[in-house]
Amino acid sequence: MTIKTIRSAFPVLARAHFHYLDNAAMAQVPGQVINAVAAHDVAARANVHRGLHDLARRADAAYEAARESVAGFLSARPDEVVFTGGCTQALNLVAGGLAESLGPRDMVVVSVAEHHSNLLPWLMLAKRRGFQLASIPVTWDGRLDLSDLSMIDARCKVVAVTHVSNVTGAVSDIPRLAEAAHAVGAKLVVDGAQRTPHGPVDPRALGADFYAFAGHKTYGPTGVGVLWGRAEHLAHLPPAAWGGGMVAGLDGETVDFLDPPRRFEAGTPPVAQAVGLAAALDWMRGLDWDKVRLHEAGLTRQLLAGLAGLDGIELVGPNGLEDRLPVVSFTVKGCHPHDVAHLLGEHGVAVRGGAHCSQPLMKALGLHEGCLRVSMAPYNDDSDIHALLRGLAEAVRVLR
Amino acid sequence: MSHEVYQQAIKDLAGREAGRLVAPTASARLDNPLCGDRIDLDVTVADGTVTGLGQVTRGCLLCKASATVAVEQATGLEVARAVALVEDVRAMLRQGASPPLAGLAAFEAVRPYKSRHECVLLPFKALAKALGSGLP
Repeated sequence: MTIKTIRSAFPVLARAHFHYLDNAAMAQVPGQVINAVAAHDVAARANVHRGLHDLARRADAAYEAARESVAGFLSARPDEVVFTGGCTQALNLVAGGLAESLGPRDMVVVSVAEHHSNLLPWLMLAKRRGFQLASIPVTWDGRLDLSDLSMIDARCKVVAVTHVSNVTGAVSDIPRLAEAAHAVGAKLVVDGAQRTPHGPVDPRALGADFYAFAGHKTYGPTGVGVLWGRAEHLAHLPPAAWGGGMVAGLDGETVDFLDPPRRFEAGTPPVAQAVGLAAALDWMRGLDWDKVRLHEAGLTRQLLAGLAGLDGIELVGPNGLEDRLPVVSFTVKGCHPHDVAHLLGEHGVAVRGGAHCSQPLMKALGLHEGCLRVSMAPYNDDSDIHALLRGLAEAVRVLR
Repeated sequence: MSHEVYQQAIKDLAGREAGRLVAPTASARLDNPLCGDRIDLDVTVADGTVTGLGQVTRGCLLCKASATVAVEQATGLEVARAVALVEDVRAMLRQGASPPLAGLAAFEAVRPYKSRHECVLLPFKALAKALGSGLP
């Protein structure tokens, strides 16, 4: 499949003078996803696990088929896949469940590079439950500094880290963190939001105990996310939300929760969105990821070289291709990121400027005004990079 | 590429920063969490009138330029009038009302860009906060 073919699957990319490089915030959706959601709503729109009529049966089948599709993407069992409202909700779900058994003698280790969605749940629960919170620092180029992991000691019960930085694109050494966590009996929670847009992943093989990702960053609909957990851990994880569809029985104050994953899916789940996500993941599984990764690395190389040729650009994050995905952030001397992003938007180039919901990382790297972020997807091509570099040069000319 | 928002008048305003006052009557610090803009604004008040203003702003061009207008053109206003400016600026941006200060005319170009309104409003929110209105 050529990049042109991939690109043609995304209706929005047919717009003229449009260069979408804000994929880390929200990826676009292929026609297959749009059609799958519409077809579901026409032929199978009903609540799940409740009804006995024809549409309900169809909805049940579509929803559980979606779970199997996600399981295939993660090389996992379907009963290890929990549908949530998004990655943030998935991380809150696992944090809320794990924190129930944590107290003042315990510690959770996060990293300075976390998106707020994998930091605030732990921070707020630490205040409520009294456990300690420690952070793995970052190196000058924004990578997790794993040179001293002594903080992962006997007090540590959970290590919660990002798989790929949403700011720098740096890939964390998950196997090494898993080894350190498991050596002290801690569980490893991984925020996979920025990893899953770049191909199927096997969280069990990486050593993760829980893994979360978002539908809207993975070419799927908004309002759906996934929490994967090892079956043996999900079996002991208390639910962090309660409502319909999650109990086998309720007698007085005695509650008999259903087995995972349904005990974690209280209320009406995002049925059509799960069907759309499955269509997105099926589309992704049809790509040759060796070729796509080469393509993405080529774009990153082209972008890094182009930025190096512009005056006043300072990279944020790794300056090479090793252990990084196609997310590149930088500052422009004398220009505020929002002013540059605004002018690029006028130029038809969509990027993100700001703190990227990563204020601890911004502070650690001395980026008080945030930075610009260019985040690429398989459908991006040379024309997007050329337009960005032209737009940057023009924006700098206007602003200085 | 449209340059209207970044016209020379805006850039000239952004280039003038008053600095902090030595002995302010009141001060306020406000942040825009979206982009990290931060303004520290000082004010002196005598007999119900704003007699002096100072500011240091870390932020985008629009925020810096707006801060300059606030400091240079709100001095001499009655406190109640200065506090009301934030709603007048909001009305200018959102409802197309006339600029409440002459220096704000250049900001009419920002109207179509709702995500940038906060950049223009932040200094006037800081002014209202410093003057004790309790506005966020």
